[in-house]
Amino acid sequence: MKNPRIRFERDRTVWIASGKVELGQGINTALAQIAAEELDVAFERVRIVPPSTAHSPDEGYTSGSMSIQEGGKGIREACVQARAALLAHAAELLGAPVGELAVDDGTIKAKNGNSVTYWECAAEAGEVPPAAAGAKPSAPTKVVGKSAPRIDLPGKVAGKPAYVHDMALPGMLFARIVRPSRPFATLTSLPEGKPEGAILVRDGSFVGVLAEREELAIAAAAKLRAKAVWKETPVPEDFHGWLRDNVTQRSVLKEVKGAPPAGRSIKASYKKPFIAHASIGPSCAIARLKDGQLEVWTHSQGIFGLRHELSVVLGMKLEDIVVSHAEGAGCYGHNGADDVALDAALLARAANGRPVKLQWTREDEFAWEPYGPAMALDLEAQLDASGSIVSWKHELWSNGHTNRPGRSPKPSLIAARHLEKPFEFSPAIDPALPPEGAGRNAIPLYDFPDLQVVKHYVRETPRRASSLRALGAYGNVFAIESFMNELAAAAGTDPVEFRLKHLKDPRGRAVLEALKPDWQSRVKKENQGHGIGFARYKNIGAYCAVLAEVEAGEVLRVKRLVVAADVGLAINPDGAANQLEGGAIQATSWTLKEEGRVGAVSWEDYPILRFSEVPAVEVRLVKSDAPSLGAGEAAQGPTAAAIANALHDALGVRVRDLPLTPERIVKAME
Amino acid sequence: MTELEVNGQRRSVSAGPDTPLLYVLRNDLGLVGSRFGCGTGQCGACFVIVEGKALPSCDTPLWSVAGKKVTTVEGLAKGGELHPVQKALLAEQAAQCGYCISGIAVAAAAFLSSNKNPSEKEVRDALDRNLCRCGAHNRVVRAVLRAAKEMQA
Repeated sequence: MKNPRIRFERDRTVWIASGKVELGQGINTALAQIAAEELDVAFERVRIVPPSTAHSPDEGYTSGSMSIQEGGKGIREACVQARAALLAHAAELLGAPVGELAVDDGTIKAKNGNSVTYWECAAEAGEVPPAAAGAKPSAPTKVVGKSAPRIDLPGKVAGKPAYVHDMALPGMLFARIVRPSRPFATLTSLPEGKPEGAILVRDGSFVGVLAEREELAIAAAAKLRAKAVWKETPVPEDFHGWLRDNVTQRSVLKEVKGAPPAGRSIKASYKKPFIAHASIGPSCAIARLKDGQLEVWTHSQGIFGLRHELSVVLGMKLEDIVVSHAEGAGCYGHNGADDVALDAALLARAANGRPVKLQWTREDEFAWEPYGPAMALDLEAQLDASGSIVSWKHELWSNGHTNRPGRSPKPSLIAARHLEKPFEFSPAIDPALPPEGAGRNAIPLYDFPDLQVVKHYVRETPRRASSLRALGAYGNVFAIESFMNELAAAAGTDPVEFRLKHLKDPRGRAVLEALKPDWQSRVKKENQGHGIGFARYKNIGAYCAVLAEVEAGEVLRVKRLVVAADVGLAINPDGAANQLEGGAIQATSWTLKEEGRVGAVSWEDYPILRFSEVPAVEVRLVKSDAPSLGAGEAAQGPTAAAIANALHDALGVRVRDLPLTPERIVKAME
Repeated sequence: MTELEVNGQRRSVSAGPDTPLLYVLRNDLGLVGSRFGCGTGQCGACFVIVEGKALPSCDTPLWSVAGKKVTTVEGLAKGGELHPVQKALLAEQAAQCGYCISGIAVAAAAFLSSNKNPSEKEVRDALDRNLCRCGAHNRVVRAVLRAAKEMQA
């Protein structure tokens, strides 16, 4: 049987080629569950082949919480087809009709007791099964819907090699790059002479070093960096004002003309800063250029898009480049994985065929990873005499939310614009509806009779910007759900009831209802408060409502979060819960602490939530057999709004400018 | 040459004395479980136990551990059996990307060796030098409390 996606090995394992990559979200475990289910083999027998442009299906990017939907679908189809082909062949071998065969852990059994295994059949089975041969009878699932343990954790917990950072190839050189910590146009000067114990590589303003030992590369790069002079590019002090002044394109995302608005008008403006991915492991890649063939290993979300862009920048043919995925530290969107790959490839040109491992430093990562863009938002609504919203307007200003390689005609990788023969910089673009970028979740799920949603896209960017988990949904939902509370207060209505009053979608109502017992039994104490937030991610993804309980002392502390979600059929309920909980905790960190200032180089400059600050989190999955929906990006927006609303409940102060730091809270109280 | 004891074995290393221990472990001794995170001791991904205390190996020069006993995440297991903390981390599925988890396992093992019956708050405070970005904190805390119980049994 020749199925490019499935391989049966002698040790009775099944190898599945995935087009989606493991980002730390546990996707390989969920995909293995789908394969085990469809093939009728034990989950423990399934292995997922790390994707490579050399042998994997091109499923685009692993992003947008689409891996179960897209990747799962492809694997499911391949497995269904393989199972049918194997059964058709087994029917011949066993002399029994396909309809009378049963499969148990890869062993195909006939009624007369004869049997044959997948592994025995695989080589001889036909490529395409006869129509409808061996269609799997519907039965309760055995593997899907159960919380299978993560297949990668035993190795990681034991400290085994697991990441691209841990790969070692024979003859490998260690590399570091030399870049300043602020945006720059060109390198003005570099210290003269050869760095000690290292090879200097320079192409225009792109500079790096290669050494036999890692500590020598680190020392050489540090020395060069200390003395290099760069022509910096200016960065505006007030990003949000700057965005409003530099609009490239205005577009109306949705307009519903209702009755002429009558009633009380209420307005509010909100802000979201640049936010870093801030993965614990800085980006890392290995590249080898030998005999005109380039091999690259990196933790990219899109190996095919990266290969395309490498071919453009390096002037090589696509077929001369292989990009393979190797895991990195947690990926929450478009981080430095693609840029580090080009950097490594450029350095590999000076390595005489030897592999080069480039590790970005923490400083490189904070300075050069693409941040989730800053956003400014203006909301306006009219309330009628009965306290209902009769008109709603949402305007936002933002850079584009995607600058991924392969998505623009010009290269977007950092080093491309620093070369001796530079490529023009390709600014972030913003995808259209759905799923949108800056405008993601800008259209409220509520039913308003009069509605206008407007996006102001700003092409120029003072700092690199691209996709961060949830994209525009984090800022939009924070604004919408904060504003809903402001309106509920103006209408004198309970905020949960106020939302339900404007929401018809039954699944949306169900996740809000799931929080009602906690909401209604809340006890008001001094300086403590409760708040809720709600959204359906992308308006087509998972439903999520969050209840936050906060305590406002010297700093704002989130004590507890309850996350209610409908993700459709959860392939792995514990995996889905882990993603929702992790998303809510990360969003708590964004909301309380994070602001990406240009020039940040360390965890001191960019603090994130620590163990002692993390709230208790309870995840409630609403039971559903509806099609599966990704869980990793559903909680961020609702969490931000729930915290801001709880802060208001605690102190009576409305903070519309993220993050909710003590300074901003004090300023809002004045 | 610098002599030290890593995971119970005497090792002799030719790296320069100022080389951070992290690169000696990863590149000379093939022990890659200590991960690089920041290089300045701010994140905990590279923690190792030196004479009973959890330290960032990225910020620990080789000379300072000469003749000392170093335990890395690879050395937590005994006789082929994972440390109770590692077992508990698996039981609680306490990770997402797992990049920070080996440093956390080391910090937790060092902590539990001197605090047999910690409260949840004490566990959280003890792990405050370890950063996790995926949001697996609460699972990790449950795992450490579980391990404490199992170590007492």
